[in-house]
Amino acid sequence: MDVIEASNIVKRFGELEAVKGVSFSVKEGEIFGFLGPNGAGKTTTINILCTLLKPTAGQAKVNGHDVIKERSQVRQSIGLVFQEPSLDDYLTAEQNLRFHGYAYGVPRNVLEPRLKELLEMMELWDRRKGKINTYSGGMKRRLEIARGLLHHPRVLFLDEPTLGLDPQTRRRIWDYIHDLRKRENLAIFMTTHYMDEAENCDRIAIMDYGRTVALDTLEKLKDGVGGDVISIKTEDNEEAVRLLEGQYKFKPSIENGIISFTVYHGEEFLPKFVSGFPLRLLSIGLRRPTLEDVFLKLTGRNIREQEVDSMQQMKNMARMRRH
Amino acid sequence: MAIVFRTIWVIAYRELLRFVHDRPRMFSSFSMPIIFLIIFGAGFGRLIGQMMPGVDYIQFMYPGILAMTVLMTSVMSGVSIVWDREFGFLKEVLVSPLSRSGVLAGKAVGAATIAIIQGAIMLVLAPIVNVPINLGTVLALLPLLLILSLALSGLGLLIGARMRSQQGFQIMMQLVIFPIMFLSGIFFPVSGVATWLEVLSKLNPVTYGIDAIRQVFLGTEVAGVTVFGHTMGIVDSAIVVAMVGVVLLTTAIWAFNRQE
Repeated sequence: MDVIEASNIVKRFGELEAVKGVSFSVKEGEIFGFLGPNGAGKTTTINILCTLLKPTAGQAKVNGHDVIKERSQVRQSIGLVFQEPSLDDYLTAEQNLRFHGYAYGVPRNVLEPRLKELLEMMELWDRRKGKINTYSGGMKRRLEIARGLLHHPRVLFLDEPTLGLDPQTRRRIWDYIHDLRKRENLAIFMTTHYMDEAENCDRIAIMDYGRTVALDTLEKLKDGVGGDVISIKTEDNEEAVRLLEGQYKFKPSIENGIISFTVYHGEEFLPKFVSGFPLRLLSIGLRRPTLEDVFLKLTGRNIREQEVDSMQQMKNMARMRRH
Repeated sequence: MAIVFRTIWVIAYRELLRFVHDRPRMFSSFSMPIIFLIIFGAGFGRLIGQMMPGVDYIQFMYPGILAMTVLMTSVMSGVSIVWDREFGFLKEVLVSPLSRSGVLAGKAVGAATIAIIQGAIMLVLAPIVNVPINLGTVLALLPLLLILSLALSGLGLLIGARMRSQQGFQIMMQLVIFPIMFLSGIFFPVSGVATWLEVLSKLNPVTYGIDAIRQVFLGTEVAGVTVFGHTMGIVDSAIVVAMVGVVLLTTAIWAFNRQE
């Protein structure tokens, strides 16, 4: 069963078309990754799915409910963890969770055991009486995940769940997420621009300039790159690029003095290539493609290369604030 | 409809929790009124004393100071929605199934409850400054304080519904709270002053709230605002404040729903 069905979502902010017709579906119990550089329209899409924004056109259903017509049913079926913290700093962890429980109408006899279960799972039970302003960034995030789950949602939205956290905390948060999925058959919809994190996802949609440019399992996406990535450094890189394009019919790209191209069955190709290549090779490497390569291939940009559209991004943010 | 009531109570509950947890805020909302009471009382007491028959200045000022506590608490609580927005908590509320209109109503109810608690604490000062107080006074005061604080939290919410940053806060404080405070008859009777001042004060709805409170304590001899030849009684004044409050609250809810 699909817990999210989005078809042709469009969102315009005045002149700017932030989302340009995005369609996808998310299955029950699936970890669905939404990737893309900042300003690609990820957060706008999330905001539409969780009823914070109305789409300009298109349709979306969450847990079978229409995001425009059945807002409160949609809200009741989702849990959310935002990019920025959204806890009440003056209250304790427990009070924050209780507020959430009351707001979602969780019956008291369900609320208390659920609260305990989640706080224990997130290893915050001992600190439940601590005020949020004494919490570290990682603890806050864990508490927000616990809070998002309190009302037994069908989908948990995680918008950059580990942004700004140290690697150790990030790993732990991922352990919790995997554990959760197993326990509650929960669908997880997450955005990130950490490529290594996206490896945790069952399926990944890559978004760029308001469109999804790819949507598949990680393996298939990597296969789409065209085999293994070979990177070489030669005495004369320009000549090497000419040779690779002409003689070998590759599409090499050059970055920081290193030429890379893709080839199927890289291990078998390498020995032949080394003995046959006319120029002197300074270094040579072979690796499996990463999501980074997928991204590069699909968008022609590195995912972290944000300077290009930093203006766009600022515009988006200014607009988001106004809406 | 049930969801609106749940929203009101959940939001009001959180306001109260916060209030209990935030000692400095509780303290600061008392400090200014009490400082005014002491300094102005001592400073102007002898000068202004003769203006009002039968009461000394501190007695005259006390009901106004009580109202001032309510005023500051209510407006500030209303505007606190800006804080919620700035620190992200508002988002938690907005994605929940709670009703948007209920959120503001809940804020107002929470603010009014806090204001009344603060006002009740201020009542302890009444015997010290020689203002007569009994159960009847307290019972008559409650609805007045409630109406006044709901109306003023409506004002705070209206400002907060549209405001995006905390910087606006300071400006708001100076451009809204101070004029309202000084043009409301807290410190001097609104009649018998310069005409422009009298006109401005009579346009300020808070004036009527304060006057009604003063009438409860001191009777009609030193209080009662005359508008177009009609001297406003307690009920008249309460109606004025209530009407203004309804307008402020509905406008705030409307502005908030449009914004978010």
